[in-house]
Amino acid sequence: MTYFADVAALTRKDLLLELRVKETLPSMLLFVIATLTIFHFALPRGTGDTAALGLLWSAIVFTALLGLTRAFVAEREQGLFDALVLAPCDRSAIWLAKSLAVLTFLVCAELVALPAFEAFFSGLDGRTIAAVALADIGIAAVGTLFGAMAVAGRARELLLPLLFLPMAIPIVVGGVGGYLWFLVLYDAIFALLAWAMFEYVVAEV
Amino acid sequence: MTGDTPSEWQYVAAAYLVVFVTVLLWVAIIGAKLQRLQREVGDLVESARRTHG
Amino acid sequence: MRRTLAARSAAATSALAVVLLTLSIGLIFFWAPTDADQGFSQRIFYFHVPIALTAYVCFGWGAWKALRVLWKRDDRADVASYVAIHQGVVFGALTLLTGSIWARASWGVWWSWSENQLVLFLVLFLFYCAYFMLRFSLEPGRSRANMSAVYALFGVVLIPVSFLAIRLSQKFIHPVVFNSHGPQMSGSQFVTFLVSLAGMLALFATLYQVELAGKRLDASLRELRELLV
Repeated sequence: MTYFADVAALTRKDLLLELRVKETLPSMLLFVIATLTIFHFALPRGTGDTAALGLLWSAIVFTALLGLTRAFVAEREQGLFDALVLAPCDRSAIWLAKSLAVLTFLVCAELVALPAFEAFFSGLDGRTIAAVALADIGIAAVGTLFGAMAVAGRARELLLPLLFLPMAIPIVVGGVGGYLWFLVLYDAIFALLAWAMFEYVVAEV
Repeated sequence: MTGDTPSEWQYVAAAYLVVFVTVLLWVAIIGAKLQRLQREVGDLVESARRTHG
Repeated sequence: MRRTLAARSAAATSALAVVLLTLSIGLIFFWAPTDADQGFSQRIFYFHVPIALTAYVCFGWGAWKALRVLWKRDDRADVASYVAIHQGVVFGALTLLTGSIWARASWGVWWSWSENQLVLFLVLFLFYCAYFMLRFSLEPGRSRANMSAVYALFGVVLIPVSFLAIRLSQKFIHPVVFNSHGPQMSGSQFVTFLVSLAGMLALFATLYQVELAGKRLDASLRELRELLV
């Protein structure tokens, strides 16, 4: 059971850090509201509900990218990555912990974004909320893995969107179409793959 | 040329031409690489002769 | 010993590619019947689909080599994986180009979101182009090999998932008239298609081996230079 103890400890570290620094989450909140506002101006009058829904998903994906970009930067800048990797825990535990932290940030951001969307555009239903919840898991799982990859190289913040956005396309389709079963499938496949592959991403240089 | 839209066979020809040109380009690039490699081998043989010859 | 085998193999596949592709061009333009529904422009399909299928093979082969990088820690497999994916992107770009020309010839538009395979290739093209961005941003070495391999594996898993997503999306995307249903091929059409497919695969095999040999030669030369100078 030390595996889950490790995960809990690492997740707690990330959440406490954010609580102290208050960098990532406020930015995400502001960003998502600003994005939704821009989208209001981007939609011509008379556009249907589905179009607005599509924009919700766009907003979520880009807000998630914002959060993900920050996810490993702290470790990278302070050289903690090597220390983390030397820690006597399963490498995949690092991935799980980081994903849970990212997931928490995403959910918090959406607790603000979804009511805002309902107020700005209306048309939010239970199915969409469920889809958002499921999509969050996939975004956190895949985004954390790719975030670790992106941060290892020179391009960093530039690279993460390029790596992540093609993977986000099926999520958006599942979300807009309300295909919950597809989102579950996506989450299961890619979370498993990310969990298994993470150790190769942080292996010694 | 009256400037009407290309006929069907011209589209087909364009498609095959695109493939052909791509393969030609690839051959050209490999050819250039081969030339560079030949030059480098020549340089290395030169310097090997000088140091060990 | 290994080198002679590789040279012979490359010679064999290139000969095969030349023969098959020449034969297929002959068949396409002189033997295959004109399609009743789509007319003359349907003949683009005899190259377009084999190129697409070959691209899938490229990505699959690249993923296989990627697996060897991670599983067997085979460093040679990293270059092989890179070359295969590079070829895949080239064939993928060709798929998009020929598909676009086909759309234009058939329906007068340069792109159709209703063509599932075409949209899939757009997504894959974006994904695998990012593969190269990833490689460029990392220093050569085991770490880059590992990350490239992980990304390549994600890519190959993404192919069916994306295809499913695209099919699902057709239900709520504004339905467009321009669409082609998988052609029901007559016997002679099918034969022509197969010959073309075999030719394209042989072409990939040839290009792959030549490019790989070139990269390996580069690496050997670098090593030689370090030893001599």
